Amino acid sequence: MPIPSASPEYTGEDDLMLKEGQIRITSGCAVSGIISKSGKRMSGEDIIKSIAVMHDRSNGLGGGFAAYGIYPQYSDYYAFHVFYDSPSAKKECEDFIERHFDIINLSKIPTRKIKEVTDEPLIWRYFVTPLPTKLAASQLDEREFTAKCVFRVNTSITGAYVFSSGKNMGVFKAVGFPEDVGRFYRLEEYYGWCFTAHGRYPTNTPGWWGGAHPFALLDYSVVHNGEISSYDANRRTIEMFGYKCTLRTDTEVITYIIDYLHRKQGLTFDEIAAVIAAPFWKTIEGMPQKSRETHEYLRIMFAEQLITGPFSILVGFDGGLMALNDRLKLRSMVVGEKDDMVYIASEEAAIRIIEPQLEKIWAPKGGQPVIIRVEGGNQQ
Amino acid sequence: MNFIYPEYEIVRNHEKCTNCGICKKECANEAHGFMESASKMTCDDAKCVNCHRCSVLCPTKAIKIIKSGNTYKENTNWSNKTINEIQRQAESGGVLLSGMGNPENYPVYFDKILLNASQVTNPSIDPLREPMESKVHLGARPKKIERDTDGKIKSNLKPQMFLSMPVMFSAMSYGSISYNAHESLARAATELGVMYNTGEGGLHENFYKYGKNTIVQVASGRFGVHPTYLNSGSAIEIKMGQGGKPGIGGHLPGTKIVGDISATRMIPEGTDAISPAPHHDIYSIEDLCQLIYSLKEVTNYTKPVIVKIAAVHNVAAIASGIARSGADIIALDGFRGGTGAAPTRIRDNVGLPIELALACVDDRLRDEGIRNNVSIIAGGSIRSSADVVKAIALGADCVYIGSAALIALGCHLCRTCHAGNCNWGIATQIPELTKRLNPEVGYKRLVNLMTAWRNEIKEMMGGMGINAIESLKGNRLMLRGVGMNEKELEILGIKHAGE
Amino acid sequence: MVISAAQLGFRELNEKIKSTSEDACINDCYGQRFIACGASDKTITINGTPGNALGAYLDGALVQVNGNAQDAVGDTMNGGKIVIHGNVGDALGYSMRGGEIYVKGDAGYRTGIHMKQYKEIKPVIVIGGSVGSFLGEYLAGGIIIVLGLGAEDIPMGHFTGTGMHGGRIYIRTNAEVDSLLAENLLVTQVIAEEATPEELTEIESYISEFAALFGMGEAKLANDRFLLLRPNTNNPYKQLYTKI
Repeated sequence: MPIPSASPEYTGEDDLMLKEGQIRITSGCAVSGIISKSGKRMSGEDIIKSIAVMHDRSNGLGGGFAAYGIYPQYSDYYAFHVFYDSPSAKKECEDFIERHFDIINLSKIPTRKIKEVTDEPLIWRYFVTPLPTKLAASQLDEREFTAKCVFRVNTSITGAYVFSSGKNMGVFKAVGFPEDVGRFYRLEEYYGWCFTAHGRYPTNTPGWWGGAHPFALLDYSVVHNGEISSYDANRRTIEMFGYKCTLRTDTEVITYIIDYLHRKQGLTFDEIAAVIAAPFWKTIEGMPQKSRETHEYLRIMFAEQLITGPFSILVGFDGGLMALNDRLKLRSMVVGEKDDMVYIASEEAAIRIIEPQLEKIWAPKGGQPVIIRVEGGNQQ
Repeated sequence: MNFIYPEYEIVRNHEKCTNCGICKKECANEAHGFMESASKMTCDDAKCVNCHRCSVLCPTKAIKIIKSGNTYKENTNWSNKTINEIQRQAESGGVLLSGMGNPENYPVYFDKILLNASQVTNPSIDPLREPMESKVHLGARPKKIERDTDGKIKSNLKPQMFLSMPVMFSAMSYGSISYNAHESLARAATELGVMYNTGEGGLHENFYKYGKNTIVQVASGRFGVHPTYLNSGSAIEIKMGQGGKPGIGGHLPGTKIVGDISATRMIPEGTDAISPAPHHDIYSIEDLCQLIYSLKEVTNYTKPVIVKIAAVHNVAAIASGIARSGADIIALDGFRGGTGAAPTRIRDNVGLPIELALACVDDRLRDEGIRNNVSIIAGGSIRSSADVVKAIALGADCVYIGSAALIALGCHLCRTCHAGNCNWGIATQIPELTKRLNPEVGYKRLVNLMTAWRNEIKEMMGGMGINAIESLKGNRLMLRGVGMNEKELEILGIKHAGE
Repeated sequence: MVISAAQLGFRELNEKIKSTSEDACINDCYGQRFIACGASDKTITINGTPGNALGAYLDGALVQVNGNAQDAVGDTMNGGKIVIHGNVGDALGYSMRGGEIYVKGDAGYRTGIHMKQYKEIKPVIVIGGSVGSFLGEYLAGGIIIVLGLGAEDIPMGHFTGTGMHGGRIYIRTNAEVDSLLAENLLVTQVIAEEATPEELTEIESYISEFAALFGMGEAKLANDRFLLLRPNTNNPYKQLYTKI
């Protein structure tokens, strides 16, 4: 399974179809998320069940999960999940990681051999912390240092791809239907306080493991349903801020926008929603003065981070989960609540299958974020 | 002796002609006459500039202007035009002058770019029924947000300019065009919620009331520039160059410095108004920075400052320097941009197509991470709403139109502005001619044109599934080239159709 | 109001000046730009070396500098008065349309380029010493006076009055027009003649003002020989172009 090189101009070998990064691939999808507001940890069993209900929204060309709170014993360490094409790519990547980080644990990510998932790359996991001397020399904060190292690997080491890099969280993804991907990764053996899932329906590719969702950087993960029409406006602007869109997927650019707005600009998730699904100017004009000023400011200041076209996204972060629809609400999304649990999915049935007795169920309006914070998490 | 045979022929159908004499009355070039003896209208082809005033106004449509069939022996190297120009120069010893934009056969890249539309994987949006935002803001933006002690976001934006749609009327001075043309532009801009631009001729006292929709220009001649003027508009534009004549200044002949024009420019009647080629207080980029800040000082940092440059070979590096010099907006003017008068050789041989200039400037500013320091206005022959959409997708925030606006006012592109006898009352100061342009009619025609374009822009955006103009800006994936070579595609940053 | 400019950036300094209706005295001035930019109604005295574009768009205020000034003094000045007790740099009074500038010492290149006048609004520049080349280039109106006090040589540089199509330039010198032309100090577009006593009455008041400002006798200048430069046409470039 070849991994695209860093260059978007790379045209591939003649007998291969172009993959993410070499060409922009659009796709439709299903998303699902479960979160415990009290931080209660649960197994990955339910999220698999939920996404499996929406089997027909995927076409077997990509599935994946993000799980938060799954590595409590290593919660101070960045957990890198890496795909390798070859042992030599692994060697090169590990040399790089070793030069920049203290690796306190490394292992193959446990998988289960199933006939529905084939052609897997080498899949490894590392718990790391930046080397203090390297970090100090870089004059960067720890998260920026780590993010930069992830970009380095993904853009310069052919055949190596870091697809998860947060603390106490992990992404698991593959080519296949999401329920098969869950079984492949033995997701039921992980316990976390939040899970998101994605079933992919790309239009024109055999799919590549790295191109599956969720897309993640540090602890931010995004699953997304839709195809955004603002893509290249968003991409060209975010690349100006040092991000490199190697996959050319919507999810990738949305993740970077969220990382930029949250981590680099210090916006709250409410403010982020007001940027990427900004209210219409007419709506802003009718707001009371204070919120009008804030919304005007956000629309002007972050005009190129507005995302137009259909999307429903689930954004996982170390403090919780945000669900957001585009401002015209061109994609479906339902939210259910029971006790301290919140469920979000593209279809209601995907929630009912795991919690038939909901206290509340509703469809959020376009552009209105649903932000669920977990106790003890980052409250920003 | 004149060696040149007229280029155009006035063909009159005497069966239709009623000898009403309107053609004679309407032609300031005196191409039409009346022969008493034969009781019939006559014409002198040599005086005709092909402005179509007579043929349009002829009540019986008895007149048409055609290209003369009288031609030199075919020669792909020595065209009729080239031969005639040599004759004219041999006769006069003069530099050739021309009006309006470069008409020569260079590639028009806008015509080799196709737009995208949504099918299946995401929906197109119906602009007639769903919200479609064409509102634009122009101005510099800071790198980081700031919060006050309560955590509320503070407004640290630089002054912004708001437009209802991404099209403005570009600089055309009062003097190069008539009072009525200016009034039409000012009123249309006001009704539309966009801007018009004074050009380098000062601002007539009657037009201060349109200040909210006015960009006041400061060019090298500084005509009519004083603190009140600078504070009267919504933005100030420093004109460093013009696409129609990069690298040279302007020259409004003394014959046009009459009456109100003299008062508005604040120079005596009859003297030439000369705009030097450079600003003599700007010989380098740091001097530009100095002028930008002196204008900000005199307006107390309340107005965005635009720096307008002609698209020239190293435009990207120049724009990058400007974006680091305190300018809020850069206006790029392509080599097809119009002019009231320019030496023909300059107009036809100097500069860059706006499409390439825009693409390379947008790229460079992004590569350097300073694209948000400035907004970009693209001008230099934006001919239709499709050109507007393509320019924005290439990376512009907004466009300037000049020639298109004048055509809406009646200009028929005879390209003889510099003669000052504009039969349509636009590029002239002769009272009998200027009164032909009724501002009441003129402003409505401009409003009509812009309204039509706005609807077309919305249709095209909707087709692409985009409902806010900012999501179109720089969205080059919405563009594909046809019939371009690799290099052209690379510079434009777009793929070939089919890719 | 006395302001120490030490440690102040130009923006802070100018905000202080603008914030008061009082006269301002600025000490310790080192290069702050745009002082008195657009000022209309006060006296601003500067001790030190003000930065470029001093008194740009000046609109009625009085600016005095006890020392030298740099480039672009009085740029696009509209009215008021600037008095420099020293020398100035290049591009003095560029596109000035009104008011008066008095410089005790020398001025650099391109003094008074494209000055213009309209009706009773007439800009005036008086230079006590010498000026650099391109004096009064494109001059469209107003008066420039060069006194050449203390000058060892002819107090003007090359190409004086190029493109001049209005206004007048008075230069106190005994040099002959032919030699000035031969040395390219003057250009043929300009009519240069010894000023008659009647013509000199036009500048009497400015010379008196200069003498009063800088404390020197005027009697001795009044009898001296001045060259008067005038444009030979209002439309210097008409003949350059073909007809239509």
